[in-house]
Amino acid sequence: MEIYLDNAATTKPLHNVMKRLEKEAFSAYGNPSSLHRKGLETEKKIKEARRNIAREINGKYNDIYFTSGGTESNNLALIGFFTKNFKSIKPFRCVTLKTEHKSILKSMDHILSKGANVQYVHVDKNGLIDLVNLEMLLKEGVDLLSVSHVNNETGVIQPIEKIGKLFKKYYSAGYFHVDGVQSFCKIPLNVMDAKIDALSISAHKIHGLKGTGVLYLRDKNKVNPLFFGGAQEGEVRPGTENFPGIIGLDAALKELGKSYSSYYKEVADKKRYFMENILETIDHVSVNGIAGESGSPYILNLSFLGVKSEVLLHSLESDGIYVSSGSACNAKKSDRSHVLEAMNLNDHRIDSAIRFSFSPFTTYEELDETVEVLRNHVESLRRIMMR
Amino acid sequence: MENVIIVRFGEINLKGKNKRFFEGKLIKHIRFQLKEFIDTEIYQEYSRLYIRSRKEDQGKIIEKVRKVFGIVSLSTAVSIPSDINAIRKASFELMKERFDKEAFKTFRVTTKRANKKFPMPSMEVSSDVGGFVLKSFNGELSVDVHQPDVTLIVEIRQKTYITCDHFPAYGGLPLETNGSALLLLSGGIDSPVAGWMMGKRGVKVHAVHFHSYPFTSERAQEKILDLARELQNYIGEFMIFNVNLLKIQKAINEECPDEEMTIHSRRFMTRIAEKIAKRYELQALITGDNIGQVASQTMESLQVVSEVASIPIFRPLIAYDKQDIIKVAKEINTYEISIQPFEDCCSVFLPKKPLTRPRLNNIVESEQHLDVEGLVTEAIEDMEIMKLTFNQE
Repeated sequence: MEIYLDNAATTKPLHNVMKRLEKEAFSAYGNPSSLHRKGLETEKKIKEARRNIAREINGKYNDIYFTSGGTESNNLALIGFFTKNFKSIKPFRCVTLKTEHKSILKSMDHILSKGANVQYVHVDKNGLIDLVNLEMLLKEGVDLLSVSHVNNETGVIQPIEKIGKLFKKYYSAGYFHVDGVQSFCKIPLNVMDAKIDALSISAHKIHGLKGTGVLYLRDKNKVNPLFFGGAQEGEVRPGTENFPGIIGLDAALKELGKSYSSYYKEVADKKRYFMENILETIDHVSVNGIAGESGSPYILNLSFLGVKSEVLLHSLESDGIYVSSGSACNAKKSDRSHVLEAMNLNDHRIDSAIRFSFSPFTTYEELDETVEVLRNHVESLRRIMMR
Repeated sequence: MENVIIVRFGEINLKGKNKRFFEGKLIKHIRFQLKEFIDTEIYQEYSRLYIRSRKEDQGKIIEKVRKVFGIVSLSTAVSIPSDINAIRKASFELMKERFDKEAFKTFRVTTKRANKKFPMPSMEVSSDVGGFVLKSFNGELSVDVHQPDVTLIVEIRQKTYITCDHFPAYGGLPLETNGSALLLLSGGIDSPVAGWMMGKRGVKVHAVHFHSYPFTSERAQEKILDLARELQNYIGEFMIFNVNLLKIQKAINEECPDEEMTIHSRRFMTRIAEKIAKRYELQALITGDNIGQVASQTMESLQVVSEVASIPIFRPLIAYDKQDIIKVAKEINTYEISIQPFEDCCSVFLPKKPLTRPRLNNIVESEQHLDVEGLVTEAIEDMEIMKLTFNQE
């Protein structure tokens, strides 16, 4: 038995992704940059994928740039914007959240070391952005604002549209980046309505392949590339396109995108069912982040007080159930979840935090089985650890 | 002219009547390292081994064969007929080749004439060849007999061997010439080094690893395999017995005082290791213990732990300083693996204040509450056996 509840880390590729790959990898193998027909054939398929992705977020197809994944997209969006503009914008003021993904925080650290000014908006105990605090910062002037749509550890959904509008109200030339890795194809987002300048997407979080990402860029002239080479991807991201990855993303999008509001509802029902079941059968469990409307149905973060999360993780794994933990067992401070720390949760809560993340293909049977196994392990581990 | 590698061995030469046995093992292990190379041949002349191979493979072969215990050093050489003109010419060519790789300034020639039929005495050969090389280099080199950058060695035997390089190896004795033992291999820095050192003295080493899955990660076991793969380059094929200690730790946790946790665990590990050793006819245990390093390595702790075993426990690192252990670990490529964070002992069971001066009476007393025999037997029944075979890249 294998129950995979770590879909926020990565997902299993869909069958039709692999089928499509098998079909196209042997025919459309030309280099899209080649002048001959074989190259054109590949180029057309990539263009088709671009159109489909653009449609999904209500952007223009030639604003879609393929990258190697979410991390590269985030780096390109932030560092690319900084290197292009730091000479003309002084001081260079950036704002983000302490709960962001490491690829955002480390990129911010990098541009901070190059002379930018970085500030962090407060979040509340659920990890939701403090809009009053944001507005205060915006009043003082912000050039670059980066916020993720859905937090990868807690599933908290930030009000991106509100944030975008607020930002542009104060500074219409500001640059708004959104990390959409955990929300693409799961939770609707319209780059026009939300006034987004750059949006990061990753294929393997929606049952595509690892090693493929997208950066939507409304104005490519606002960023410098990170790599240098040929004229691919409007020179924003040189290098021969990752055709299998792009085709895989297109195939995943085709299957998930068309019915995503019904998936949303289904997954939300399953998450609620699972959570209520756990809270009923196991004592001393607390929900990290928000369980209701402002939380992604795809992610549930719970603390099983008194149980070290990595031990629980491996215990579940020994029964074929795969989840993520909020901290590693050697329990040095630096190994704790920075997201939960930023939410000011106490150490006991962080050390016992487990993230369950779902997919449209998670079944009720799997969830029932997980609750049962979970209850047994939590009970026996508490007997040892709370001695 | 032929390209060969000279293999020098030291201690084996002192072995008198058993010398052939040691040499046989040495050749077997060298042959193993040569498996992937085509067109190689080992031959013996007096107390020397030579490896004939393609010239382009020599660098790789030396890197591999260096790791065979019992070898003191290696050199690349050319073998030519024992004739002064041929010696002159080959000497210059060899020096030229070396010079083109890395420029040097001074040299000297040392001649060893084992073949007394050769008409010129050693000193004369040295000055003759030295003069020839000096002249041929046209002033680019000079002779320095005291501290030369490069020493050209001319060895006149049946044939003559000329070499101008020297690669030190590890010495010791060939594997499988000094019995066998079971190494208690943790993921730390010390135990792989301890195993390597015993291997260097010719002991055939196998390993037992204790973990507490699922309280610890499977990555801790992957780390053990990575360590084993490095060790394998030196000590050859070996078995790893993977033993889950969790049930025992849980029992200790329930029945014994908190501060005794580590000492009881170690007594169990020693008992289990001894049983495995006996079952597989291994003659001793090896640990990476180091006196005073941690609480469980005080004289008292070591004594209380050793007490449960009836076969010898070797602790080759007992008097090493940490820095010296790290030096060896880096040399044998295990250091970087050992410092990865995956722990094989779960922090859940670490006592807040471990006992540093355990008293045997008290420990034996607490053990009364445990089904020692049963727990040991069960752990061994459930263990996983992995055999690491040589699959070289």
